[in-house]
Parts: sequence; structure tokens; C-alpha cells
Amino acid sequence: MKENKPINPPKWANAFLEWYCRPELLEDLQGDLYELFQRNIKTKGIKQARLIYSIDVLKFFRPYMIRKPKSSNPFSAVNMVSSHLKTSGRSIMRHKLFSAINITGLAISMCVGLLVIAFLSDLLSYDKFHLKKDRIYRIISADTNNGGTMTMASSSVSAGRKIVQTVPGIEFSVFLQRGFGGDAAVGETIVPVSGLWASGSFFDVFSFPLLRGNPATALQKPYSLVLTEASAKRLFGNNEALGKIVKFDTSNYIVTGVLKDIPKLSHLQFEALGSFSTIEQKGANADGDFASWENIYSNYTYFVLSKNTDRLKVQVAIDKICAAENASLKNRKIAISIQSLKEIPLGKPLANPIGPAIPAIAVYILAALAFVVIISACFNYTNLSIARSLNRSKEVGIRKVIGASKKHVIGQFITESVLISLFALVFAFIFFLLIREPFLSLDKFVQEVVVLRLSPQLIVYFILFAVLTGLVAGIIPALFYSRITAIQVLNNLSSLKIFRHVNLRKSLIVVQYTFSLIFISTTIIGYNQYKSFITYDLGFSTDNVLNIKMQGNNSELFVKELSAIPAVKEVSKSLIVSSLGSNYGTQMKYKDPMDSARLLLNFIDEHYLSVHRYKIIAGTNFRTRPVNGQETEALVNEQLLKRFNIGNGDPQKAIGEVVEIDGKKLMIVGVLKDFHYGTPMEKIEPVMFRYSSEPGGYVNARIATPNVTAALTGINEAWRKIDKVHALDAKFYDEQIEEAYKQFSVIVKVIGSFSLLAVVIASMGLFGMVVYTTEKRLKEISIRKVMGATERTLIYLMSKNFLFLLVLSALIALPLTWIFFQKMVLVKFAYHQPLRLSEQLLSFFIVMAIACTMIGFQTLKVARSNPAIVLKRE
Amino acid sequence: MKGTHLGEFEEIVLLTIAALINEAYSVAICDELSKHTGRNAKLGVVHAVLNRLEEKNFVKSKLGEATNARGGKRKRYYTVTAVGKAALVKSKEMRDELWSRIPERTLKRI
Repeated sequence: MKENKPINPPKWANAFLEWYCRPELLEDLQGDLYELFQRNIKTKGIKQARLIYSIDVLKFFRPYMIRKPKSSNPFSAVNMVSSHLKTSGRSIMRHKLFSAINITGLAISMCVGLLVIAFLSDLLSYDKFHLKKDRIYRIISADTNNGGTMTMASSSVSAGRKIVQTVPGIEFSVFLQRGFGGDAAVGETIVPVSGLWASGSFFDVFSFPLLRGNPATALQKPYSLVLTEASAKRLFGNNEALGKIVKFDTSNYIVTGVLKDIPKLSHLQFEALGSFSTIEQKGANADGDFASWENIYSNYTYFVLSKNTDRLKVQVAIDKICAAENASLKNRKIAISIQSLKEIPLGKPLANPIGPAIPAIAVYILAALAFVVIISACFNYTNLSIARSLNRSKEVGIRKVIGASKKHVIGQFITESVLISLFALVFAFIFFLLIREPFLSLDKFVQEVVVLRLSPQLIVYFILFAVLTGLVAGIIPALFYSRITAIQVLNNLSSLKIFRHVNLRKSLIVVQYTFSLIFISTTIIGYNQYKSFITYDLGFSTDNVLNIKMQGNNSELFVKELSAIPAVKEVSKSLIVSSLGSNYGTQMKYKDPMDSARLLLNFIDEHYLSVHRYKIIAGTNFRTRPVNGQETEALVNEQLLKRFNIGNGDPQKAIGEVVEIDGKKLMIVGVLKDFHYGTPMEKIEPVMFRYSSEPGGYVNARIATPNVTAALTGINEAWRKIDKVHALDAKFYDEQIEEAYKQFSVIVKVIGSFSLLAVVIASMGLFGMVVYTTEKRLKEISIRKVMGATERTLIYLMSKNFLFLLVLSALIALPLTWIFFQKMVLVKFAYHQPLRLSEQLLSFFIVMAIACTMIGFQTLKVARSNPAIVLKRE
Repeated sequence: MKGTHLGEFEEIVLLTIAALINEAYSVAICDELSKHTGRNAKLGVVHAVLNRLEEKNFVKSKLGEATNARGGKRKRYYTVTAVGKAALVKSKEMRDELWSRIPERTLKRI
């Protein structure tokens, strides 16, 4: 029965005791504890006894019980490390192929890792220069309106005031608003300056150093202006700026302070600050909207919490305010929460952002991609280390005979892998310096957010990272070798199960190639989709259309100037440029006064349709050319007719129908064939064109093809005539569309480079494996050859295993990518190209081609070797 | 010079070791202490004291025979050394001296 079996105290406790206890005290103490344990089993039961035993073991963890650290001689430890280093160095030098493959692989993968580390470290060091950085919070609002919720970085002035007044523990608070600035005039100098409105306690909350002026009063009075050093220099040169007058539009502002230039890693970026009291004054004079609870779109509130104030308590107090205020709202709820300064650059994406913010998910994905590539390089190390175990196990055997313990062997192999990883770091660092610029120039956005400048702290991170990579790469080989016993090796090498880890190695290769294939097919699919988006048939023509931003100038004058240029064929005017992702919308009603729906809008002139070659399926272009605000006609698309069921599906019947929009009654004079006002990612929505002789946004010019440069010079001259302050801002429509899909091209580029790295690393690993295995089989191959095997059969024999692994990884990777795109990515795009089998096959062939070259090269070499020479050796 | 002073609990442990003669090992000492002094003597405390006594040369120890009841581990038996005996005697003399200086009448009145 069970009673015969001795009941033992908890194993871990015993192990712990044996670990810490002085050997000379261990035996009797363990005995004592055991005796008490047995006694306790009888009196208190097994469970209690085990518990007491564990507690007792922990209680005996006292200074007089603890053994002294073993290697009391620091000299021998240093000796050991230096011996490890020396032998590692020799081994790296001796196995040149092994070292080269690993150092290159680790170097290319680690440089991506360095990039991610630098990127993250930049994001984490945002706003570090504020003295109260840990206590600064921002009020953000989540607006739930008709079911949809939008979270924004902004909040209403009203909310800010209420919170600051009623919530305890707020030391300072500041209101910020965008939209300050414009053309600043000092005498004859006119310089565009952009900035923020900021309330009086700006400098109590933030620690932007003020070079001139008094931080306590600088932003108190209306029409006060604080400039940065750079903008002061642009306006005043080297003259004193303080106290001078700067004219914005029609108002005069007094310079009350000059700031040191804003550090790059600050989420607030501005060239000037206007006092908030200025707009407060204006707002109070205008309608009551300024201080309304619902006006949550343009104001930002930051505050400093006093020390030891609980953030949660503040939130509770805020929730109370929200509940009271929201009670009077219909179908709408504005929830307010607070966000600490640290969470801003790497938080969830918010609408109305005031500074750059990278969605955390993007960083995670980047880090995950880097991780995959680095792990792939580590796999190479592991695989190759184990593959050459035939050579190295002898060495390990001798070491063990001489007296090395398991620990020493592990130390030796870990030292070697860390050393290789540190070598790789040197190259990775050079690569990092080389790819830093291209990475920054990937996108303007990236350049705005990070600088990737080197700092001592960053270098320390890099080194730690390299050591960690070395540990990860070396741990499996180290454990593998440490298990080898001396007798095994010296007695009979073949008894050693070298191929015990074959399955591990095979699965590592499959994993590597699966990832490579996923990356490559993602790149190819992504690239095809991207291409299809920028060449998408939008339903109108964008060829050779140049969109010129008017920047507040009179477009009529400019159009006259343009008409004089022969290369400019046709000119039109519009409020916005559509199909780039930005919308301008409003509500419309038809017969039923209760049924209103959102539609997308553009104001255009009579030439707009012909410049862009829109197709009219019923009715005509605008017939009248009324002055602004007097229009009576509208052009609509088919979708709008469908939405309101105008004309019962017959566009002809819709002509002459009257709709109501923004309080105006407009008659439909023309119906346009459906086109993409938004991007192809969105479904086609109801669209209306309204007439305006002076929409003010853009002038669209169709340029004759052969003389593009001449036309551009002409346009530039024409622009100079009407605007001397601003530079011409003209872009070709096609380029703008490309610009609008920039994010996709960035993603494709990033994934593309990752797939390149992944394939290179995996191929190098494969090459190494092929080299080791074929070398091991050299004798076998020679005998086969002597027996009459042909080169072809030999190559087939040696490569079939590897090819099988590749096909296996393709069978895993390709369906995965297919499902991922079909079910998760492409469903987000309303109009897209279907996935094609050829994309998948192409990626498979690319990988196969590279891998086959690697395998073929080596197997051919071995198959062609002269069996006489091989067999004569030994 | 460290370790000539004999603390109160040390003295009691030392006396117990002397009383147990050849059976003085930690668990037995614990039991004996609990029985005679009514204090709940914890093994950890006793071990610490034994360790200190040995450092002060008041006791010496040797390992005994292995028994099954202790999972095959040997007991460590303690015996009082001459130095330990001297310390005990000194301590007792000091107490007797102090006792003898108290007139009996004074004690009764308390």
C-alpha cells in the first residue's frame, strides 16, 4: 500500500536548502528538518507538514547558514573568462565559413534591430525635458454621436474650465488652440509663421525655456506674442524683438517673449504662441459656441497634477462632470478622460492630433518583423553549431577529461556566441548608419517623428541587445554540447547521437522559409494592390492635370494669367481636390423633410467637368454662372439618385428635381456617371457638385504633354505676378494620388526589405547546412560514384531532403498569406484587385530559385569530386 | 575579544546540553527546552544559538550515526567543553553571590 512509501518534503525546498546551506551544516540541519517533518505529518497532516517544512527552509536562509560564493579567488574567474575568450577566438578563426555565415546573418538582422531600438528610444524620450513631465496630463474626449465613437486629443474649453475649477489636486492648467499665425508682417518683411494660441500659465505647465521676457506675464494680455528664436530672427534679424509690434492680418501683436527653439522631440511644435486671451475676447464677442460643452474640436487642455494626487480619483471627478453635462444632450455623449504626457507619442491614434503620434500597433509590428528576422539569424547559428558537432564534440570530450564541468562548457559556447554577436554588432552598426538616412526619408512623417541620433545611452542599449542576441543564439548549442560526456566521445564517436537533433534542425529551416515566403508573397501582393490603386480608373481623367493651391489669392486673376500660356490647354477652379482621401461633406434633404443624408460636396466652376473629362449621363453642365451664394443648380452622381430614389432609377427623370441643402433649394441639372470622390478603399457615396465662380481652393490646369517644363516655368511666372510672398504650390494630380497612397508604398517598402533580409539569412543558413551535410557524406558519395551513380542521381540524392523542406514551408506559408489577405486585409477595401495565384507562385519560384542555386552549387561541387582522391585520404 | 559573554538563552541551552548528556542534538534540545521552560523553542532559534555557542567554544559537536527516522541523515551531538563549563560555573557563582547579598527579610517584603 501507499503507507510503505516514505512521504517526502517538498522537492524544491530541499533543493533550495542544499543550494544555499553550508555543506558542513547541511547534513544535520536537513536531518533535523526531516525529523520534525515526520513528526508534523502525524500531528498536523501531510499538507501542513510540507508547508511548515518549506517555511522552515526559508527561515533558515540566514547569514550564518549561507555558504560562501564558491570561487573565492577572483583571479581564477578572470583566467577562465580569458581562456574562454581565447579559445572562442581561435574557433571563430578556424571555422571561417561558419563564422562568416553567422556574422553576416546576425549583422544584417541586427541592424534592423538597432533601427527599431533607436526608433523606440526616440519615441520614449519625447517630452523628457519638461520638469513636471510625470505630472502633466491632457484632457481628451470621446464623442459618441449616433452610435459612432470618435476619440480626439482635443476637448472643449468649457470642460477644461469646469475640470480645473472643481477637481481637486490640479496645480496649473493651460489651454492651447491651433490656428494661430498666418503672414506676419514687420514693416516690409512678410514671413509666414504658424503657431498656437496658449493661455497664461503655459510656462507653469511646460518647461520651454524663455530667453527674453517674463514667463509669468508673457501670455496674459490679449494680443501678446511669444516667438521662437528662429522665427524672431526671420522677422527681426539680429535686432531686439521684445516689445516690438508684429502685424497678423489686421491685428497688431506685441512681442512679449522669445523662446529657445523647440526641441525636436517635443510633441508640441510651433513657431509662435499667441495669447489665448485674444481669442477668448473674440469668442466672447461672437456667438456662444466658443464656450459650449459640445465644441470639442479645436481646444486642447493640459494640466499639472499635484504630487500624490491619484489619477483615478481625478477621473472619477471628471466622470461626474460629464454625466451632469451630457444629461442635456440628445443622441450624443461626450466622455472625457485624461492622458499622461508619456502616453501621447506612442498612444492610440486620436483624431485632431496636435503633435505626431505613432500608433503603438505600428511599432509593435515593426518590432515583431525585426524579431522574426533576428530569430531567423539565431536559428542559423543554432543549426550550424549543431551540424558541425562531429568536429566539436571531440573538443568538448577532451575538455571534460581535463576537468571541465558542464558549466564550463556552457560558458565556453555562450562566450563564443556572444563574441560572434558582438562582431556582428560592429557590422550591424555600420549598416545602421547606412540605412538610417533611407529609413528617415521613407516618409515625411517618419522624419517628423524621430531623429535616430546616437547617444551613449543608445550605444549601451545596442551592446545589451547584441549580448542578448548572442545568448539566444548560443543557448541551445551550449546545452547540447554540455550534455556530452567524455567517455562517449573518447570511446566511440559513433555512439554519440549526432543526428538526434535532426528534427529540430529541420523544423527551424521550415520556420525560416515559411517566414521568408510569407514576407515575399506579402510584398508581391501588396505591391500589386498598391499599383492597382494608383492606376485605378476613378471614373474621370487625371492625366496631365496640375492642381495649384491658391493660398488665399484670387483665382480669377490667376486663371487669366494662365490662359495666356500656350501650353496650358484648359483651366478650371475647385474648392478641394477629390479622390485623395479628404472629404468635404454636408447634409441634404429631398422631398421628405425628415430624411436627410450625408453627401460629399465640391464647389467647381463650369470648366471643371471638361478638364477632368467627367461623363454626363443625363442633363447638362451648369447653365447659369451666378455670383457666389446665388446658385440655383447642382450636378449629382448616380449614387445620390439611388439614395433618395430621385427619378425612380431613370437619370433623365431626375433632371429638374429640386433638393434642399444648407438651407438652399437647388435644381438638379445634370447627372454624372458614378466616380470615385473618395479613395477606392471607400464605397462610392452620394456626391454633389455645386457652382462657384470663386471656390478659392485650387486651380486645375490641363497641360499639353510635350511642353511640361515650359508650361511649369510659365505657371511659376504667372504665380509670381499675383503672389510675392508664398511659393507656388502646384502638383500633378497623378502624383498627388501617389502621395495619398504613400502609406501603402511605405508598408510595401518596409515589408519588401524585411523579406529580402529574411530570404538572404535563410539562404545563408541553408547553404551552410548543405555544406556541412554534404561534406559529411563525401565518402558515401564517392563510393556511390565508384559504384556507378551518375551526377544527376547524386545531386537528387543530396538535395531532395532540402527541397522537401522548402515545399513543406511553401505549403504552410502560401495558404496562410492567402487567407490573411482574403479574410483580413482586403475586406477593408471596397474596391480592389482580386488575389491572383500567379502572385503566390511567383514568390514560391523566387525563393526556390535562390535556394536551388545555393543547394545546387554545393551538391554539384561534391558530386563532381574525384572519388579516388576522397577515398585515398585516411 | 568576541564571545566570552554568556547570554540568558545561551545559558539555558548550554545547561540543557549538559543535562541531556549524550543525547544532546538539536531536536532533542528543542523538546527539552519546551518541556522544562515552557517556552516554545523554535528549531531555527536553537540552531542559531548552537552555532554561536560553538563559535564561542562553549560546546563542541560531532556527527553521530545515521538513522532512518531522519531520512538517512546523521545527528550532530553537542557536548559542553571545559570553557563552557567554566562559563556556566562563573555565571552560577555570580548569581549565588548576588542572591546571598539579599537579606531574607527584604525578599519577603516584596
